[in-house]
Amino acid sequence: MMERFYNPVLVKELKLRFRSFKSFSGLMFYLSVISIFIAGFLLLTTEFTGKGFFSPDMSFMMFAVLTIVQMALVLFITPSLTAGAISSEREKQTLNILLTTTQSSTQIIIGKLFSSVAFLVLMLVAGLPLYSLVFLFGGVSPSQLVSIFLFYLVTVIAIGSIGVMFSTITKKTIVSMIATYGSIIFLGGITAFFFFLTMAFHQMGSATGASSSFMTYFWASINPGALMLTLISPSIGDALIELTGIELPVWVTYLIVYVLIIVFSLTVAIKKLRPNMKSNR
Amino acid sequence: MIEIRELTKKYGSFTALDQLNLSLEEGIVFGFVGSNGAGKSTTFSILATLLSPTSGDALINGKSVVTEPEEVRKQIGYMPDFFGVYDQLKVDEYLDFYGASYGIRAAERKVLIPQLLELVNLTNKRYDYVDLLSRGMKQRLCLARALIHDPKVLILDEPASGLDPRARVEMRDILRDLKSMGKTILISSHILPELAEMCDEIGVIDNGKLIAHGNVATIQAQLQGEKRIVVKVAERLHEVRTFFEEDSMISAIDIVDNRSEIAFNYRGTEADQVALLKKAMLADMPIYALSEEEKDLEDVFMSITKGADSQ
Ligand SMILES: Nc1ncnc2c1ncn2[C@@H]1O[C@H](COP(=O)(O)OP(=O)(O)OP(=O)(O)O)[C@@H](O)[C@H]1O
Ligand SMILES: [Mg+2]
Repeated sequence: MMERFYNPVLVKELKLRFRSFKSFSGLMFYLSVISIFIAGFLLLTTEFTGKGFFSPDMSFMMFAVLTIVQMALVLFITPSLTAGAISSEREKQTLNILLTTTQSSTQIIIGKLFSSVAFLVLMLVAGLPLYSLVFLFGGVSPSQLVSIFLFYLVTVIAIGSIGVMFSTITKKTIVSMIATYGSIIFLGGITAFFFFLTMAFHQMGSATGASSSFMTYFWASINPGALMLTLISPSIGDALIELTGIELPVWVTYLIVYVLIIVFSLTVAIKKLRPNMKSNR
Repeated sequence: MIEIRELTKKYGSFTALDQLNLSLEEGIVFGFVGSNGAGKSTTFSILATLLSPTSGDALINGKSVVTEPEEVRKQIGYMPDFFGVYDQLKVDEYLDFYGASYGIRAAERKVLIPQLLELVNLTNKRYDYVDLLSRGMKQRLCLARALIHDPKVLILDEPASGLDPRARVEMRDILRDLKSMGKTILISSHILPELAEMCDEIGVIDNGKLIAHGNVATIQAQLQGEKRIVVKVAERLHEVRTFFEEDSMISAIDIVDNRSEIAFNYRGTEADQVALLKKAMLADMPIYALSEEEKDLEDVFMSITKGADSQ
């Protein structure tokens, strides 16, 4: 039965993951943040408008904020699942034994990555009913919802790969954790900062046109938050095109950059997992 | 079966293994002895494809650890000196995971696991969590794990460390069973007498160099070099002493007065010894007994390995 695609590390990791209290509490944390957020939002808006009902406009607004919040949560949780993938085995002294088995390095790394990704997907799916509560009020198209979930997935895999890479090349989980959160701060925060910086330069007209507008576009297109905004409301994407003059949709650039991140991180992890013998797969 | 050629491992400027050469036949139990930091674990890690040598190579069943590590991994079962287990995994799941990691089919694993547990006497712990087992049980479980893909070669780094005397005996019995199954076994230890009992061949490593290799008796002779001979004398103790003092192969001569014995270090061969005896008889020395003082293996080991600290 599917022996050829059977990945022992993946199966074992999933088994352990669903047995641990940490995963359960992580899931609980995630769902409660989302619920509190929705409840708070509903309460506030109905109080303020005093109408006791909920307009599609409001619902859309809530959808937008919720999408960003969910993205932030995913970015926050992913490293805690992947940044210890290999280094924690090293610390527990189980890695040596694992590496003497006949599993290929690729199999081990992919097994580690996918077990974490699977858990995050489960988390997203578990949040879906809450999410669709907003959906129920209207204002969002199903295709939008699907594309948003696909990009969550791409982002999770990319951040997960970065985490697995750092956990392979560093000795200690704590160092790997810091490096991975550092990468997230770069992708989510520093890029936004640079975006506003280049935009400001651009608008002051002090920088030479083409290159600065390209950088403005680039910083926006690799920022997960900015991507989500363009997916939620296409008009934001149009505004960016107008601003920078680059017609390529943000999601295309985002996809290319993040796939490159995934390929790079996984290649490094696979190469560095075992000592540098002449043949490594 | 195992062929180590000019194996060298450097950590920065420190040479942990220095041009090690070693060749082992199939089916033997090889004991690797050396003091702390001698390079035993380093050698075994290289054989287990966990460490790449700085230069040189090692072949296991004709496969090179440098160029064909995947092939080598199929041939070896490795037990590290220190190892951990996953928490929240039961004994049979633990073995099942490693079985799967070696590409063994699920149906086969189901048959194999009870057999292995039987072999290492853990049948009654099958559904216990691995992290709750005692040290000795973990050790045996790790051995069972190393056997799951039926490797030809077992590389066991101090399998008996931290075990109580009973567990050591049990471990030795298990190893005897494995030898009778035709496996080639490499064991490391600090304790030479412990290995001497169960090994066919012994290699002594010190400061990254192999300083002796052979069967237990050869090693003892090779390492001992000089033997200490005790002569029991009936009378004229000092005259006898003067007689022996003249022999060039004798040194460190002592009189044990109260027991009328003379003891000395002798570096001649057995033939020399015969000649010496004959000469003593002809000179009419009142000797009524002559014996070789047994140096135990521990002393031998202590005298040849100065330890890594005093280089
Ligand atoms: N990663 C490393 N970096 C630097 N030096 C190392 C490293 N690993 C081992 N060494 C050094 O190499 C030498 C050999 O170590 P090794 O672990 O092989 O000794 P050993 O014979 O197994 O000793 P023990 O009986 O204590 O287990 C030691 O001096 C050790 O300090
Ligand atoms: Mg050691």
